[in-house]
Amino acid sequence: MAESIANYNNGERRDGIRVDLQLIADMIDANSRVLDVGCGDGALLDYLVGFKQVDGRGMELSQDGVNACVQNGLSVIQGDADTDLRAYPDNAFDYVVLGQTLQATRDPRGVLSQLLRVGRRAIVSFPNFGFWKVRLGLLMGGRMPHTPSLPFRWYDTPNIHLCTIDDFLDLCGDLGVAVERAVALDKKGKRIGDGPSLPGFANWRAEQAVFLLRRR
Amino acid sequence: MSVIPPTTLPSSLALRAGSSAVLGQDRRLKLDSGVELGPFTMAYETYGTLNSEKSNAILICHALSLDQFVASPSPVTGKPGWWENMVGPGLPLDTNRYFLICANVIGGCMGSAGPTETDPGTGKRYGLNFPVVTIADMVRAQAMLLDHLGIETLFCVIGGSMGGMQVLQWASTYPERVFSAVPLATSWRHSAQNIAFHEVGRQAIMADPDWHHGDYHAHNVTPHRGLAVARMAAHITYLSEAALHRKFGRNLQDRLKLGYGFEADFQVESYLRHQGSTFVERFDANSYLYITRAMDYFDLAAEHGGVLANAFRGSKARFCLISFTSDWLFPTRESREIVQALNAVAANVSFVEVETDKGHDAFLLDEPVLFRTLSGFLSGAARQRGLSA
Repeated sequence: MAESIANYNNGERRDGIRVDLQLIADMIDANSRVLDVGCGDGALLDYLVGFKQVDGRGMELSQDGVNACVQNGLSVIQGDADTDLRAYPDNAFDYVVLGQTLQATRDPRGVLSQLLRVGRRAIVSFPNFGFWKVRLGLLMGGRMPHTPSLPFRWYDTPNIHLCTIDDFLDLCGDLGVAVERAVALDKKGKRIGDGPSLPGFANWRAEQAVFLLRRR
Repeated sequence: MSVIPPTTLPSSLALRAGSSAVLGQDRRLKLDSGVELGPFTMAYETYGTLNSEKSNAILICHALSLDQFVASPSPVTGKPGWWENMVGPGLPLDTNRYFLICANVIGGCMGSAGPTETDPGTGKRYGLNFPVVTIADMVRAQAMLLDHLGIETLFCVIGGSMGGMQVLQWASTYPERVFSAVPLATSWRHSAQNIAFHEVGRQAIMADPDWHHGDYHAHNVTPHRGLAVARMAAHITYLSEAALHRKFGRNLQDRLKLGYGFEADFQVESYLRHQGSTFVERFDANSYLYITRAMDYFDLAAEHGGVLANAFRGSKARFCLISFTSDWLFPTRESREIVQALNAVAANVSFVEVETDKGHDAFLLDEPVLFRTLSGFLSGAARQRGLSA
């Protein structure tokens, strides 16, 4: 889980944090309660606590990530999104963030339900498996895709439940989850769609997407 | 046991530095047993300076066999304080920044009310007439000391092992007085295995003919053999199989081949005998009975209808739990149970497990991850508290 974040880097930074993290940060109201699941080294959490005065908590699978966060003064525990979200009470947070981690969980459907039980809203980002380069790589090369957002080989990837933007929207529909805002980013981190719904070409052209979700 | 010399009475009564306060004169301390204690003495040490807002106080809670001499030499042994690597200028518990207090627990033998001490009410030694105390009683006594010192809220309460039990009790009993809490290498209740080890220690003490049903002072002896065995058994639980093997292996002590007798052939035997013999010079046997009992009785969930989370409901404190991979006395699992209980009430909690082969005692040793974690956590908490760097 941590690895999927640590190795995800499209190279562009703004205000010191990665462009996809900045996008997530911009969706979060100041002074709110935030849980960052799979918080890695705490870059987003640190930004939110420092610039948006949130009451921020983190959960991270890797002990190195947890240690780095706590040594930096962040409130982070070692935990697994698949099992440890159950410990939190309903509506404990205003936002629960799951950045580049959903595809690495054993039970994405269960995790998504937990996110929206524990949080009033959830913010979920993931690499889009419908991205044209992924499709083309498999079609033409006959090999599992290998891109900046999917940097692993088939045998060592933590990403065991990859999906496309359309797959994810179907799951949200099944779970009765409303999409408040969806942002699609191309491979340069440029927004190619931003609103309550995405244009049809986003599932082709977006390398990753970020969704602000709430219970219906 | 031939290497353990007979000792005189613990010298704590004769040699004592530091501060003490007589508490419970107006309002006695009501113990869990129903007995009321008072007036009674609390001996304590302080380091650093209390700021004018009285917002920088840290209470250090000591473990079973330790005392209030955290960062100054023990008046009994002359040895350096037990946490000198942690407490001092520029160290994680920074004496330039924080005001640190550590009090000897009640039931102890370093100046606070306990079986070796004189009852200020009667002028006679308490002995086994001293009431059995609990972790909650120790914490209530500490709270009375803070009242005496005029400190309303603690910036942090920190401690390992039995000290960690006190930290959890503080957070539960006095949530409004605790800004942050650091329970190290501890549990929310003493396990059956840990009670069993303590019982071995107590039986060793009580089986020593010099114990005299706790009245050894009157016979001018001490049950040093029993207390040494208790310490030896306990000391094993503070280490790990890997650490013992790394340190001693099967190496022989001062000999080239097996002795075919019962002297200390192995280095590990010699080491344990040394641990036993030095312990009896600084610790009282009856105190050992009382304090182990207090730990055995500790079960924070039982006080709250069997639901640990209820102990922390409404707590605004920032918690930082730290456990150690090779600690089999207070294993990581038990810290994780505390974390889950804190999550269940959406408390503010951090949790770090430190990779080490040094066992339970790792919380007292130079573990860089422990130091960095504590520094980072306390700095973060200090920012929230508005304490200047």
